Amino acid sequence: MSVREYLRQMPGQGGAILGNGLSARLHLDAPLLAALMLLALGGLTVLYSAGGGSLDLVARQAVRFGAGAALMVVVAQIPPRSYRFWAPLIYAIGVVMLILVVVIGFEAKGAARWLHIPGIGRFQPAEIMKLAVPAMVAWFFSERNLPPRLLDVLIALALIFLPVVLIAVQPDLGTSILIAAAGLVVLFVAGLSWRLIGLAVVVLLVAAPLMYFFVLHDYQRSRVDTFLNPEADPRGAGWNIIQSKTAIGSGGVTGKGWLDGTQSHLDFLPESSTDFILAVLGEEFGLAGFVLLMIVYLVIVGRGFFISWQAQETFSRLLAASLTMTFFIYIFVNVGMVSGLLPVVGVPLPLVSYGGTSIVTLMASFGMLMSMHTHRRLMSY
Amino acid sequence: MRRPLTLKDHHHEQRIFSFRLLVAAFLVVALSLVLVGRMAWLQISQHSRYTTLSDENRVQTQAVPPPRGLITDRNGEILAANRPDFAVELIIEQVPDLEATLTRIGELVALAPDDLERFHRRLASPRRPWDPIPLRGRLSEEEIARLTVNQHRLPGVRVAANLVRHYPHGKLFSHVLGYVNRLNVEDLDAMTLTEQSNYAGTHYYGRTGIERYYEQRLHGKVGYRQVETNARGRILRVLEEQPPEPGQNLRLTLDMKVQQAAYDALGDRRGAVVAIDPRDGSVLAFVSRPGFEPNLFVNGISHQDYARYREDHDNPLFNRALQGRYPPGSTVKPFIGLAGLDAGVTDWQRTIFDPGYYQLEDNPHRYRDWKRWGHGWVDMTKAVVESCDTYFYDLGFKLGIARMHDFLSDFSLGQPTGIDLLNESAGLLPSKEWKRAARGKPWFHGDTINASIGQGFVLTTPLQLATATAILAHHGKQVTPTLAADELRPPPRPDIVLNNERDWSRMEHAMEEVVHGDHGTARVMAKGAPYRMGAKSGTSQVFSVGQEETYNEDELAERLLDHALLISFAPVDHPAIAVAVLVENGRHGGSTAGPVARQVMDAWLLNDQGELDVPAPLPRVPTPGGTVP
Repeated sequence: MSVREYLRQMPGQGGAILGNGLSARLHLDAPLLAALMLLALGGLTVLYSAGGGSLDLVARQAVRFGAGAALMVVVAQIPPRSYRFWAPLIYAIGVVMLILVVVIGFEAKGAARWLHIPGIGRFQPAEIMKLAVPAMVAWFFSERNLPPRLLDVLIALALIFLPVVLIAVQPDLGTSILIAAAGLVVLFVAGLSWRLIGLAVVVLLVAAPLMYFFVLHDYQRSRVDTFLNPEADPRGAGWNIIQSKTAIGSGGVTGKGWLDGTQSHLDFLPESSTDFILAVLGEEFGLAGFVLLMIVYLVIVGRGFFISWQAQETFSRLLAASLTMTFFIYIFVNVGMVSGLLPVVGVPLPLVSYGGTSIVTLMASFGMLMSMHTHRRLMSY
Repeated sequence: MRRPLTLKDHHHEQRIFSFRLLVAAFLVVALSLVLVGRMAWLQISQHSRYTTLSDENRVQTQAVPPPRGLITDRNGEILAANRPDFAVELIIEQVPDLEATLTRIGELVALAPDDLERFHRRLASPRRPWDPIPLRGRLSEEEIARLTVNQHRLPGVRVAANLVRHYPHGKLFSHVLGYVNRLNVEDLDAMTLTEQSNYAGTHYYGRTGIERYYEQRLHGKVGYRQVETNARGRILRVLEEQPPEPGQNLRLTLDMKVQQAAYDALGDRRGAVVAIDPRDGSVLAFVSRPGFEPNLFVNGISHQDYARYREDHDNPLFNRALQGRYPPGSTVKPFIGLAGLDAGVTDWQRTIFDPGYYQLEDNPHRYRDWKRWGHGWVDMTKAVVESCDTYFYDLGFKLGIARMHDFLSDFSLGQPTGIDLLNESAGLLPSKEWKRAARGKPWFHGDTINASIGQGFVLTTPLQLATATAILAHHGKQVTPTLAADELRPPPRPDIVLNNERDWSRMEHAMEEVVHGDHGTARVMAKGAPYRMGAKSGTSQVFSVGQEETYNEDELAERLLDHALLISFAPVDHPAIAVAVLVENGRHGGSTAGPVARQVMDAWLLNDQGELDVPAPLPRVPTPGGTVP
């Protein structure tokens, strides 16, 4: 063991905390914070238009941002080793709650995603798992040698797919895809061998049609059908995607102007303030607005990768990479589905779509990134 | 195979990690470019296509129906108008739960079982998609307010202001005006594409009568309006508008006063009256009784009302004046007489002896006269005035069916008159050829003899009798009965020229004697008349009675009684009206139908003070562009 390693493994004594000011005292990351605030402001602007000029909607979303920001600050104060320490327990509790949800849903003969906990209220365990699954896999690999051996890979896959399957049967395809991705990203950055990755891709290509015919629910299958041929049922299932493509396409390069989008303001575009808010942005601000949005998103993603690269221990490194990549997958899946590249799965546009839970979860994940970055210690010999 | 180490190789780990992070970053950049590329494709190369789609979404072209032309009588009295009406309508394609919606509407406005029944019938019949289906009309202000306030709870339900056809005089003109009712898919299917687009916004279609015949003129030309709508079809603003061209107003030749007189004179009896101005063919009155209430049909007649009409033994929906085929009986005698004179078979001096029957040589069958003991010595004038059957049996037999058929055809008997109404009945003038073709039997002498007193196979409509009388009154000058005041309809045949022109006036004189003579069969008509008129009465048998039976009228059911007929014209020197009257089961032409005809003629010829004041014929100005079929 080198001296450096020795110092690194000494809890709380490895040296002074890096940075100063905002970073050192409040454990916040200025570039990330700035980009997030920019995104929130832009998102609220689009939401105002998407909601048909409803300040009420904007106010409620702003309150959620406030709550998310508060949670982010709190989360940022907690050092990463605490997360590593608690990860297995939180994961276990999450799995138990997911099983409960499935049992309740089975008894209610329908879909259930919510758990009612006396005193706390309505609660969606799948949301917790967005953070708990990558944290659990990161914890698992932080105790192992990397790159992982086949047995470790299999264990990690089991850890990932147990909750994913439980969520998929709820059924909530969007969330289960995001959680699977979050776990798999950890596996990928941990050094999963390229041969196994190649094998997985082949298996997926074979499995996809089988899934379509034997695993997917009817409504999920119809979403895929609609994706492949939206014009087949323009008044029914294909309506959303046709209308959102029309909104985006008619926006052109510069857009129709704020509050002037006819598709959303005349109610042709369904779910214009939630999952399909990108179509409003595309219609009113055009390609220019979209590129601007992507730049802000990529600044956040880039900063996330930077934090991950700078992290000093395996757990933080893997978790930071995973949270960042998951954030991008959110973006990719949402933009892909709204623009007609991907089938419609219920994934919101992160921090722009109206809706509470995803904002809070995402802000918490940024809190964790900030925590990792601001709890680094100066290392010297 | 490497042995597991207790310590982690952090440098190796870090190297792998950094490389994988780099791969991930590349992936992010690549996928971001895919997204930007996708958006650029939609927003740049597909921009114009999606702009069109977006405009098609929000901009809708709506057809604006033209207001239907008004119909008036010759003096401008309105016979068919458009009444503004507020109705609650449903666009079925937008209604999520029909039963719940109907229940909710029922809580806001009163819905009769009839309304619901009509609505469901319309729902079941073929219709244009997105076409609103009316549920109830004649909404009060309060009901409109209640519906409007609750609009948000009732998707697909709207209150619409429409112009609804209204017939202020109801039954009075029902058989001549006809009625409009809801345009249906079959109507549209029968149209050309151009016509279809002209009916794009129209809800009503002329179904019978004048409304049907002049549908094109009354309808007008559709207008268009470009509107911006939201996804629920609600109009937010009008972008562009091309107003419709209203339907032409239609002035009829009918005279309200004459029509009313004819209608009242018939009273509750079943029958028909047609009055024509022989100077130009103008139809002054066109009545068939019983009539029906045309306003019931406009928005769809209820099952109950319709059943009532269908099951009524008096058959109120049957247009007796246009389609009723009746044996003309003795009213045909002046025409047979003229035929015999013109053919030289008889003359005004020739007399025959009438013992009360007519018998052919070598045949014991007796053709009876209506007067049991006969008229004695009879010449042409007396035969017309007293309606002697025997004289005409003899005359008809000598004339033969071929000459009789050809001569009567020229008077429009047994021929369509060409009036501007559809589904006119042709009646029937029999001939040897017709009997062989239709009945497969040879022509017998008895057939000719029956035909010569307007019985047997001969069938005419009241309209034909009025037309024939008009032609006779004007000495063979042909006229086509016409209802539209601006129509000039060419006569279907050349004028009738007799070998001896004087036969016209002598026959007129004989008909004058029918009214004004001491023995005339219609002398009740003459009472107190300030003008002189000509007439010929007739009775036509509903069924034949046996040879030697005398039948007691009172013993027969009312429906088996003879029909009463009468043709007349006035004033004799310059005829300005020709009237045909039919009273079903009215027994005696002179005494039953005569007074009806007299009242009709009075209404036309007399002024309010009861003095003779013959109205001038209508100035006929043909419509530019010619006549409409």
